[in-house]
Amino acid sequence: MALSAQQIPRWFNSVKLRSLINAAQLTKRFTRPARTLLHGFSAQPQISSDSCFLQWGFKTYRTSSLWNSSQSTSSSSQENNSAQSSLLPSMNEQSQKTQNISSFDSELFLEELDELPPLSPMQPISEEEAIQIIADPPLPPASFTLRDYVDHSETLQKLVLLGVDLSKIEKHPEAANLLLRLDFEKDIKQMLLFLKDVGIEDNQLGAFLTKNHAIFSEDLENLKTRVAYLHSKNFSKADVAQMVRKAPFLLNFSVERLDNRLGFFQKELELSVKKTRDLVVRLPRLLTGSLEPVKENMKVYRLELGFKHNEIQHMITRIPKMLTANKMKLTETFDFVHNVMSIPHHIIVKFPQVFNTRLFKVRERHLFLTYLGRAQYDPAKPNYISLDKLVSIPDEIFCEEIAKASVQDFEKFLKTL
Amino acid sequence: MGSAGLSRLHGLFAVYKPPGLKWKHLRDTVELQLLKGLNARKPPAPKQRVRFLLGPMEGSEEKELTLTATSVPSFINHPLVCGPAFTHLKVGVGHRLDAQASGVLVLGVGHGCRLLTDMYNAHLTKDYTVRGLLGKATDDFHEDGRLVEKTTYDHVTREKLDRILAVIQGSHQKSLVMYSNLDLKTQEAYEMAVRGLIRPMNKSPMLITGIRCLYFAPPEFLLEVQCMHETQKELRKLVHEIGLELKTTAVCSQVRRTRDGFFTLDSALLRTQWDLTNIQDAIRAAAPHVAAELEKSLSPGLDTKQLPSPGWSWDSQGPSSTLGLERGAGQ
Repeated sequence: MALSAQQIPRWFNSVKLRSLINAAQLTKRFTRPARTLLHGFSAQPQISSDSCFLQWGFKTYRTSSLWNSSQSTSSSSQENNSAQSSLLPSMNEQSQKTQNISSFDSELFLEELDELPPLSPMQPISEEEAIQIIADPPLPPASFTLRDYVDHSETLQKLVLLGVDLSKIEKHPEAANLLLRLDFEKDIKQMLLFLKDVGIEDNQLGAFLTKNHAIFSEDLENLKTRVAYLHSKNFSKADVAQMVRKAPFLLNFSVERLDNRLGFFQKELELSVKKTRDLVVRLPRLLTGSLEPVKENMKVYRLELGFKHNEIQHMITRIPKMLTANKMKLTETFDFVHNVMSIPHHIIVKFPQVFNTRLFKVRERHLFLTYLGRAQYDPAKPNYISLDKLVSIPDEIFCEEIAKASVQDFEKFLKTL
Repeated sequence: MGSAGLSRLHGLFAVYKPPGLKWKHLRDTVELQLLKGLNARKPPAPKQRVRFLLGPMEGSEEKELTLTATSVPSFINHPLVCGPAFTHLKVGVGHRLDAQASGVLVLGVGHGCRLLTDMYNAHLTKDYTVRGLLGKATDDFHEDGRLVEKTTYDHVTREKLDRILAVIQGSHQKSLVMYSNLDLKTQEAYEMAVRGLIRPMNKSPMLITGIRCLYFAPPEFLLEVQCMHETQKELRKLVHEIGLELKTTAVCSQVRRTRDGFFTLDSALLRTQWDLTNIQDAIRAAAPHVAAELEKSLSPGLDTKQLPSPGWSWDSQGPSSTLGLERGAGQ
């Protein structure tokens, strides 16, 4: 008995993506060699809860019907269905009366199915119909990697060509599921055009999407509002582009949240509006990260390390990263620079880069200079070596110009430490 | 491409551990750098897959359909889909160094980790330079520990120090023989003693095979120690005990390993050299020495390895003497 048009909706062919364990997502799929107009359903009984196996994957359908001369790829584009799952009722009616149930282990059938007479593989069919049987191996209904689906999904292929790193996205199951269900033409393209409007270049889109794959679940209107808000705060277009590039999650924050963050930094640092703006543009991570470390670091600078407020402001405008630096590393570096190298506060303020370098670098170079007798950090005296020359230049230049020794000597010295 | 790099990455090499770095972090850093080097190589050419597409036959009426095979690029092995080619490497550490100590640290990569066990079983001695400071005593015997006591040290002279070091060396020499479970009355044991090979080939407390003072300028002094089965903490304790023997106190300010078995300071890689090419060269350079030394140190020890622990010395005298006689007869 052919499936009636009303019965078709009960058929579905949604694909279970990725979550091996999530029972709620389990669906049944049926596969059988696809006949011309009946497209294969892969049957795979799921043993878990029977309440959930009827899951609609409407979005997953393509009503394009398959086996016309041209498409094949486009019909397979949508989902992970090599057996095109199309349910045009009309076509199904014309098709077989019987359905060939593949030799899977499928035992469970919907009640309707029982009414249909089985299709025998021995039945003779015409040459045309034989050609049009698709017998590709079915796609796995669940997988832990997107590799299984990438060849059959145009969305994924286009994303890979854009430069999106799927191996990182597949670590987040919800994001991967979302990407599989989306359609490139309809949803993703809009988002990409919007991002290009904001100012992200083509070659940067891949990196952005790899980090912030959740942007596809955001509403385009909200995103536009947030960009408009940033413009209203006098961030230029280039500024906004740089901020979004460096901190991809920026646009996921609501307007109130962004407002609060900007207000916090204005109050806490007590800098002018323009300087706060520059600071945030240089390090937009401040807006998206947690505020607790910033508050702690401000206290550390003031109370533990003993810098005055204007000194802290100066250092932060030079090196914004100091606001989010690790507290222990800060204190260790400061301890070495102030107590062992005997450098007073006002000189450290002039060269805040020393807080941005690894401690071992500062220590090794200082000990080498002490060994050579060239460790002179007082600007008043001759042979003065400034802190930024100590830390910011590469090894070869340091050895030649500052220490006036060869790199081999430096290495030999390092082996005596 | 990647396999060529990986195939050369099996063996032992030495690294110079700087002070202040934990050995585990060092091992992780080396592994990360090696993975970075291996993943930087060119990815393989993209694979193709064959698809059979349905299309109208050439020059015929439209009703006729046929399958044509076309090769389309496949994305399965695209690096952005699979991720990096190498995600894990087996890197093992030989004799460990604690955070405050520095010096030669032997690491093994891939199949070299097996050689680490062989090196451990060879029970070779290690060289240290230990720097001490007279006049202080701390709770963990290190210079920056909690201060416990301060003393004067004007009475300490070089001769006194040398005398004490000689006493230490002598007593440890005795322990060497005792822990090596050899019956000295045998011919074979005599020959080994002549060659200077007597040492315990199983677990034993720290044993010092040689100790001397290189530099003495109170309050600082520098010792060179050759020892086995040691930990750096015991070396610092040794400095503390030397201070006590000198009727003053001493703390240790630096423990530096200059030789571990057959790896010396010259072959140790500095922090700037921890990358793929340098490590591969180091492994290749060290490979012949490693093979030779392990061969040498494992073979004469064969007889003594079979002996049970010191508690059974009575019983062991029987078999060892017969073994010795056989060996003597064989020679």
